[in-house]
Amino acid sequence: MAAPTSQPSADFGGPKITELGMLSIGFVAAGVIDLAAYFPNRAPLGPVVALLALAAGTLAVNLLLLVRQPGFAWARFRQVFGWMAIVYGVIAGMLEYTFIYDHTRGTVLGLMTVFLVLFTINVPLIDGFTVARFENPPAS
Amino acid sequence: MSVAEHGMPMNAQGGPPRVPAFDIVPVKGIPIVGVIVVGLIAAIAANKMWPLTFFHVVGGGLWTGVDLFMGFVLGPIMGRLSIPARIELTTRLMPKMLLIMPTLVTMTLASGFQLARLNGMFAGGYSHHTWVVVSMVVVAVMAITALGLLQPANIAVLFELKKPQPNPAIIGKLMRRFMYAAAVTGTMQVATLIIMTRLAS
Repeated sequence: MAAPTSQPSADFGGPKITELGMLSIGFVAAGVIDLAAYFPNRAPLGPVVALLALAAGTLAVNLLLLVRQPGFAWARFRQVFGWMAIVYGVIAGMLEYTFIYDHTRGTVLGLMTVFLVLFTINVPLIDGFTVARFENPPAS
Repeated sequence: MSVAEHGMPMNAQGGPPRVPAFDIVPVKGIPIVGVIVVGLIAAIAANKMWPLTFFHVVGGGLWTGVDLFMGFVLGPIMGRLSIPARIELTTRLMPKMLLIMPTLVTMTLASGFQLARLNGMFAGGYSHHTWVVVSMVVVAVMAITALGLLQPANIAVLFELKKPQPNPAIIGKLMRRFMYAAAVTGTMQVATLIIMTRLAS
């Protein structure tokens, strides 16, 4: 983390973490809608698995791009990411509870759970990046 | 009051705008959120029409109202306020929004999902099944906008205002993003109102 400074902060810029994060959440939403649209019957799993793979792949690329950024304010990122992960973990837990309560089982529950995990990582990732990108002092 | 490089007014001494003390997360509100979440869990466990409808209608109504108000009433007003007034409003409003919005969204979506299961609205044979799916798409667009643009801008503004020397250009950029995102979600909420009244008819 950058040392505390009285200089005005600057935009770190960096890769398109927000855009890729939103894309990944979009794939998650599409997958969940596809599954939910068929409740209580089982949706054809091919498109759902494809959307899951796209969401996970986009998240993986996003994480890779972020990890490779030198000079990024990691301490601030971890602080925001950690707290938001707790908040969205509670929200995801609520939704998971609803699925289990409704006797969603087997492959569908597994897919829903992975979608929720991806959602729970993506949201704090965007929040943490947006705060941390403005943390550094301008490069001299 | 002088005007700084980015068109942002400075204080009388020419320094950065004065920022009142504030907490990023209003801790006093957390017990209220806790009570609501416990109530929501109880409503889902009870699986009865009234408590589920209560949480869905109250949460959804407030979510829609707040989005419309922020996007089309408060947003344009905020854009015309002086910088000190905008900072004053931001430091008082935004921390509360950080608790209010996720709570309303969770109330609405969790109870709505359960309600749709209970009513059989997810079933393919339901006469308004297409509208149910469309409503999920609208919610998805709102969620992506809110989670990807609106909420991060909200949090980043609060962190920026906590710094010894907040950068007015960054605050201006983030607030513009917040207001545009609020206008998009507000517009989507109009679509939600149409769909929900259609489903209830």
